[in-house]
Parts: sequence; structure tokens; C-alpha cells
Amino acid sequence: MFAVEAKELRKVYGKEKTVAVDAVSFSVKEGELFGLIGPDGAGKTSIFRMLTTLLLPDGGAASVAGLDIVKDYKEIRKRLGYMPGKFSLYADLTVEENLNFFATVFGTTIEENYHLIKDIYVQLAPFKNRRAGKLSGGMKQKLALCCALIHKPEVLFLDEPTTGVDPVSRKEFWEMLKRLKAQGISILVSTPYMDEAALCDKIALIQGGKILSIDTPNAIVEDFPNKLFALKGDSMYLLLQAANTSNFVEHAYAFGEYAHVILKDNISSEDLLLDYLSQEGFGALEMKQIVPSIEDCFIRLLR
Amino acid sequence: MKQFLSFVRKEFYHVLRDRKTLFILFGMPVVQILIFGFALSNEVKNSKLLVFNQAQDEASAKLINELEVSNYFEIEKVVGSYSEIHQTFKQGDIRLALIIPANFGSDLAHQNKASLQLINDASDPNTATTLNNYVNIIVQDFLAQNYPSAKLPFAILPQTRMLYNPQLQGAPNFVPGVMAMILMLICVMMTAVSIVREKENGTMEVLLVSPFKPILVILSKAFPYLLLSLVNVTSILLLSVYLLDLPIQGNIFMLYAVSTLFIITCLSIGILISVLTNSQQVAMLISLMGMMLPALLFSGFMFPIENMPLPLQVISNIVPSKWYYIMVKGIMIKGLGISSLLKETAVLVFITTVVLIISIKKFKIRLA
Repeated sequence: MFAVEAKELRKVYGKEKTVAVDAVSFSVKEGELFGLIGPDGAGKTSIFRMLTTLLLPDGGAASVAGLDIVKDYKEIRKRLGYMPGKFSLYADLTVEENLNFFATVFGTTIEENYHLIKDIYVQLAPFKNRRAGKLSGGMKQKLALCCALIHKPEVLFLDEPTTGVDPVSRKEFWEMLKRLKAQGISILVSTPYMDEAALCDKIALIQGGKILSIDTPNAIVEDFPNKLFALKGDSMYLLLQAANTSNFVEHAYAFGEYAHVILKDNISSEDLLLDYLSQEGFGALEMKQIVPSIEDCFIRLLR
Repeated sequence: MKQFLSFVRKEFYHVLRDRKTLFILFGMPVVQILIFGFALSNEVKNSKLLVFNQAQDEASAKLINELEVSNYFEIEKVVGSYSEIHQTFKQGDIRLALIIPANFGSDLAHQNKASLQLINDASDPNTATTLNNYVNIIVQDFLAQNYPSAKLPFAILPQTRMLYNPQLQGAPNFVPGVMAMILMLICVMMTAVSIVREKENGTMEVLLVSPFKPILVILSKAFPYLLLSLVNVTSILLLSVYLLDLPIQGNIFMLYAVSTLFIITCLSIGILISVLTNSQQVAMLISLMGMMLPALLFSGFMFPIENMPLPLQVISNIVPSKWYYIMVKGIMIKGLGISSLLKETAVLVFITTVVLIISIKKFKIRLA
């Protein structure tokens, strides 16, 4: 049985019939950490809201923990944990009161499932009498995760849990997710950060409501069909323009301090390109082959 | 049940930690009662009175004393001639002059009749008439007490009795009005805003994805406001009994029962507004424009409904505060029993049922 299974899910908004989610199918195995990776507006939140029974799909079907998201919404709501993208706890309640409240609403107590949240809660404990609204961004997310976990859900839905969180807290957060996975909880997480994709068991790259590719992060990287080069030189902007207009380059794009370059396979090589660029007057050229990242795969799929 | 209690406790945290709202919640009834009780009064108190007492006997002294202790008059000046009266009027110091003829006491004692002259400053005709009435009532009281057989020099003397409110005070009218207004405002607006706030903050999203029944979310939101409103009812009643000297004629438990019914009506309207709106501003606007204005206009507390054009009179029937106002007035001022207020009770129960059914039908168990 799959923890989450979506078949041809579709969501259309408004009178203009804007398609937010277009025939999305994927499945999350039990105990798997599955990532929906895509930029803002890709349809991630809409997918989450349909799976958490908050929105009705306009087409297709889906199941969570083996239950139909439309028919069995009441039962699903008991079994899933959901952390929305926006901080959705009570800012005027303290950490402890928030946690207590959500525990009671789900018919449980903090003590009963303390083992699940222990690792996270020890970090929050020093602030347990502080109002939730006064916590730092990372602490807020940890508290929200605690609240989503307190009733020992079978499936955990985390919508962009690390957006607006500093890099250190982000890393900690992902380590917690790994520990939760080890406890047998299936997790569906969405993120716009490509570097987090590698931390998932399986990822779906999503853009414009459509899934571009689903596989393990390694397989997605291995599937990258071309050689990828990183190129650097003085006046990067002009260099990028020159590379893209030359006959040797399939596609070149800015990537941090480098430009990533895919060459036209049959007719060119890195030497040809370097020669051409130095003739064009670019100095301090540096070019090396690199292993593509998830982001490179994503950019290639977008073309 | 445990879930419900935990939810109610959370709701109390929200209310008690929001100092500004709390202040408005409990300060408003007090301020309104004080304003209506002492500032916006159509009673005329402590009017400056001039006395020209030509009799200087025991009877006239007694009458003047009665006027002075009545709270309505304050003797500004005692004069000895007519010309001084006109002079004082011209200076604008007095509102009213009372002239007692020379043999006032002996006329009363022997002929059982006497006359008095009142001169009014009628530049404000309403005040002048009111002051005249006050003097008439006081003089009649004085006669009834001291000369039971005496008659004023009128061929026909109308025996007027102001039922329920013999002194024509303002309080019996505005206390029920203020109660209706405050409860309407607090219950409708506060409930609507507090539910919509959960929608805006995204907490509703989390609550919906929980085993907690959505309708219980709504009910547990309304419950604290029921309690807070009852506290407000108590503070208004305490103020009106001890500060405005307005005793409660009827049964106090019935007054609370009726108030609870009205509060529930208002809460259900608040719930309906919250179900239909998605932002706090809209919820607040609808509560204010859609509720406060009709509550003021159509409860009969400021403007008599009988004077309105027929269509407006019909509309006034669907305004809950009108019915509550009638009931509070009936119980508090007239001391009526529930048997006289069955119609009003039935109307409120009907409105509540209809509104609640619509809200439950319209309540969204999902986001859209």
C-alpha cells in the first residue's frame, strides 16, 4: 500500500480557468521521504491542499493512507499531520499552550507521544513559556512540526517547511525529518530549494502544475544526458551572452559565480569554445567539467 | 468534551491577552451607561428658579422647600417686586419665575383654593413645557400631602399618572436600549471577527485538518463570548440599579434568561457573518453597518417605530434588538412575566433557528 497515491490530479481556479495542477500523478511508499521540488507558483500548495482534504480536486483521484481524499476525508483528517506553508499557530499562545491545544484537539496528550517530538522539543523547552509569535523563524517551524506530529500521524505533509529559515536551522530541520522517517512515518515535503532535493528518497520536479520528472535524486542526476561544464571569466554577463550566441553551445546559464554550459555534442568540444571566446577578447577563462546538480536537471527539463 | 473545554480555554487566552479588545469589551458598557445616564439626558435638572413670595407664610415656605429638594430646581434668587423679575430674565440667569400671591396660605386653608403664577423663559419651548410639568407635579404632590380637600383653580383637573416611570426619567428607556446595543455589538462583531481571524491566520487550515468537528470549532468560539456578554449584562444591571437608581421590577432570572436567548441570537448572526466572509475587515464592516445601524434605528430606543413609514416598520420586525428591547423594558421597568412576552421570545427563537441553519448549511468543511 502507498502512503500517498495521486492519479491525474487536477485543480483549476477561478473564472479564467487557471490550471494550477495539471494531471499530476505520483506515489509515496510507506516510510518514504518524498519531495515535491519546484519554484513558487508551481502548484505545490494546491497539491498539498487537495491531499490534506482541504480542497476538492477538479479531476483525477488520490488516496492517503489508502483512503480516498474525497470520500473518506474525515478518517484521513485523523491520520495525517499537516504543516501549512504559512506559520499557522496561535501567536498569542505560549509554546507549551500551543502544543497542549493541538494535542487535545487530536485527542491525545503531550506525554503520550513525547518520544516522537522529544528531539525537537528539547530545543524548544527553554522557550516553552514564550509566546509563539515571539519565536525566531526556525523555532516557529520546529514548534509547528511538533504540533503536526503530536498525534503520531501516519503521513506527514510539510508544505515548504524551510522557507524563510536560516541555513543552519534548515539543516537541523532535515535531520529531524530523517529521524522521523526512521520511526516509520511517511513524509511528503515540498520545497523551492533545490539543494534540499538531494536529502529526499525520491523527488518529483514540478513546474506550471505539471510534473517534469519523478525519480530518486541520484537517478535524476544520472539521467542528465550531456556533459556539463562550469565556465568562468572576466565580465561574466558578456561572456554568457557570447557563449549563448556562439555555434558551439546548446545552452549556457548563470549559476552562482559560474556559467553552466551544455555544449552541442556532435560538433563542438570545450577547446573549440575556449578558443572562440578568447578570440572574442575574453580573458581569465576557466572551464571544467562538473557533475550536474538537481538544479541543473531542473533547468534542462524546463527547456 | 475535553477537546471542547481545551478550545474554550484557548479562546479565553486570546481574549484575556488582547488588552485593547478586553478594555473595549468591558469598558464600553460602563462608558455608554455613564454617557447616557449623565450626559445625553433629556431630563432638565437644576433649573434656576426665581421666587417672588408675597405671602411669606408657612404654606408658601413649604411649597418652596418642596421645589428646592426636588433636584429639578435650584432657587437662584428671591425678589420683592415684579420689576426685578423681568430684569433677572433679561440677564438670562433664570429659566422660570414663581409668584406666590399675598394670601396663599389662608386662601388654601379657608377657601380650599389658591392661585400661583409661573413665568417661563420660552426661548426653548420644550424646556419651558417640561419645567411647567415638573412644577405642576410638585404642586399636586404638595396639595395631596398637605391639603387633601383642596382644589386648584381648574374647573376640570386631569388626573395624570405616569405609569412605570412617574418622574419621567430617561434611564428606564435607555438602559434596555444600551443593553441591546452592547450585546449586539459584542456578540456579533467579536464572534465574527474571531472566527475570521483564524481563517486569515491560517490556523483554520490546521483545525480543519484535525478530527475536531468543524461545527464544534464554531461553537467553542461562540461560547466564551456568551459568558463575557453575561458579565456585561451584570455590569450594566449593577450600574443601573446602584448608580442610576433604576430598580429591576420583574424577575431577575427571567431577565438573564431573556438576555441569554438574545445573546445566542446575536452569536448565531456573528457565526453566519464569519461563515460568509474571509477577512476581518469585511466581517467588521458587515457587523457594524449591517448590525449596529439597524440596532440603533429599529430597536425603538432612539426613534419610535410607530412614526416610521410602513416598509421600515415591517423591516424592523427582523431586527432582533427590537424584540429584546421590548422584553427588557417589559421585565425591568414594567415587571411583566414571561406570559406577556411569549411572542417576542418566539420571534427570537425563530430568528436564531433560521440563522443557525443557514450557517451550518453554508459552513465550509474545506478551504474553498
